[in-house]
Amino acid sequence: MDHAIRAEGLVKRYGETTALDGVDLAVRTGTVLGLLGPNGAGKTTAVRVLATLLQPDAGHATVGGYDVVRDAHRVRQLIGLTGQYASVDEALTGTENLLLIGRLLGMSRRAAKARARELLARFQLEDAASRAAKTYSGGMRRRLDLAASLVGRPALLYLDEPTTGLDPRSRLELWGLVRSLVADGVTVLLTTQYLEEADQLADEIAVIDEGRVIATGAPDELKAKIGARCLAVRPADDADVPAVISVVGELAGVAPEVEGRLVTAPVTDSALLPAVVRRLDDAGVVITELALRNSSLNEVFLSLTGHPAGETEQADDTEGVLV
Amino acid sequence: MTAASVTANAPATPESAARVGPIEGLRQTATLAWRTLVQIKHNPWELGDFSFQPIMFVLLFTYVFGGAISGSTGAYLTFALPGIIVMNMLFVTMYVGMGLNTDLTKGVFDRLRTLPLARWAPLAGRITADLVKQAWSIVLLLGVGAILGFRIGTSVVELLAAVGLILVFALAFSWVSVLVGVLAADPEKVQIFGMTALFPITFVSNVFVPIETMPGWLQAFVNVNPVTLLADASRGLMVGGPVAGPVIGSLLWATAIAAVFGPVSVWAFKRRV
Repeated sequence: MDHAIRAEGLVKRYGETTALDGVDLAVRTGTVLGLLGPNGAGKTTAVRVLATLLQPDAGHATVGGYDVVRDAHRVRQLIGLTGQYASVDEALTGTENLLLIGRLLGMSRRAAKARARELLARFQLEDAASRAAKTYSGGMRRRLDLAASLVGRPALLYLDEPTTGLDPRSRLELWGLVRSLVADGVTVLLTTQYLEEADQLADEIAVIDEGRVIATGAPDELKAKIGARCLAVRPADDADVPAVISVVGELAGVAPEVEGRLVTAPVTDSALLPAVVRRLDDAGVVITELALRNSSLNEVFLSLTGHPAGETEQADDTEGVLV
Repeated sequence: MTAASVTANAPATPESAARVGPIEGLRQTATLAWRTLVQIKHNPWELGDFSFQPIMFVLLFTYVFGGAISGSTGAYLTFALPGIIVMNMLFVTMYVGMGLNTDLTKGVFDRLRTLPLARWAPLAGRITADLVKQAWSIVLLLGVGAILGFRIGTSVVELLAAVGLILVFALAFSWVSVLVGVLAADPEKVQIFGMTALFPITFVSNVFVPIETMPGWLQAFVNVNPVTLLADASRGLMVGGPVAGPVIGSLLWATAIAAVFGPVSVWAFKRRV
């Protein structure tokens, strides 16, 4: 399989700060690469270089076989960008925004109108089609952003933190849309601060920190490597703590950490939860808290780099039971 | 693929080209100009900005100061209207900078830059839209002037020459606006610049008052102020009077402004994006 995106040794400096410090990336055609990292790690800078918005100080990159600096114009004919920075015109309506891009891409008025209608329907924005984009909710804005980047049927799509700041429902909706695009054969480069998002959408994840890629792999490989989930159990009685430590330790296969009555351990197998419940029940341990949660980006970073991530919000998605 | 298929697998479009031809670039410019003008439909206040404000100036100056300055409001209108048109032109150029700044700060510009467009199309689109607004304002002011008693003392050809000259100057002065738009942190700062820089420049001219009563040192400035020259040229072409000197002076100023601010703006622009 060939690579839709290939970057080698990308360096970008802003005065004293080094935003990219030799980034290598490769995205196979028709797959999703999740670029995972905290704020300021260099994710957006990398996307901007690959989208021809920024010229690297060193290194080179090709998109669809074209050099992003020398053949920028050809690269622009292949890509769509949705993200924190590339945005729609708030003063225009949804229809007008899509019409504008269609016409700029050389479509006839009729073709641009048809394409706008098609995308508005696809992204459930028909009712808001003739309202100015500034009146849209956050989720609607992102959907219009995404639609705008798809007008030209790009073979490659860059999604720069597409769900940051969205409520959980809008996030799920957007994930669904991204999946349907991938099913249509689009190659996607996705940046995100959420391990869960990369896990859900990406075929491969590259973890980026301080302008360098510090780990790459399929989500499962990566999760196995870093212990992507965390089991937490709190017994009602201090006396039961040793029993909990032994059960958790045995099932997780590592020595748990203990903080007061809270016993935690990284786990890779989520099927563990019922077993823990059964064993503790058998032992007659009464618990006040039992949770299996996704590791936060911080924990991923801690396990990969030994230092916590920058000023990231914790993705503390608790899944499980609070007794 | 479904009927609502969102993307195609096809790699590059067959007409994938290394760059944009000039005709395609002009078409993109027209589309981008449309985009700027269609916003007025959703925000009619913007129309008010460059319609009511100049009308208010005409009314205020004609009826409040006119009699005192020129002896009669009619005489004053004949004197002041061409200059007010020039002043309004300078204010309207600020929309180029404000719009550009909005695009830069809101990310619209990044979206445009990821599209295969002629590099100059986004700027050219803004400036083209601005010229449409300019033409509208001039027609509006001449119309209001006509209702209030302003009469063209020359010919249609000379009137059109005046309008053409003002638009040429607007085109040159747009580069100042582009520079402010690129350097300003947000659109409001562009507007603040427009107020604080353009008010003195237009008031320290002969737009509103004859310069004879000003102190000598101020007259020295007023006489070389491009606003004075352009106002004189417009008066000459619309009402009658000397034309050649002020027209040449205005064109020299326009050339100088474009020659300095054009390259500087483009440089600043490339640095920012």
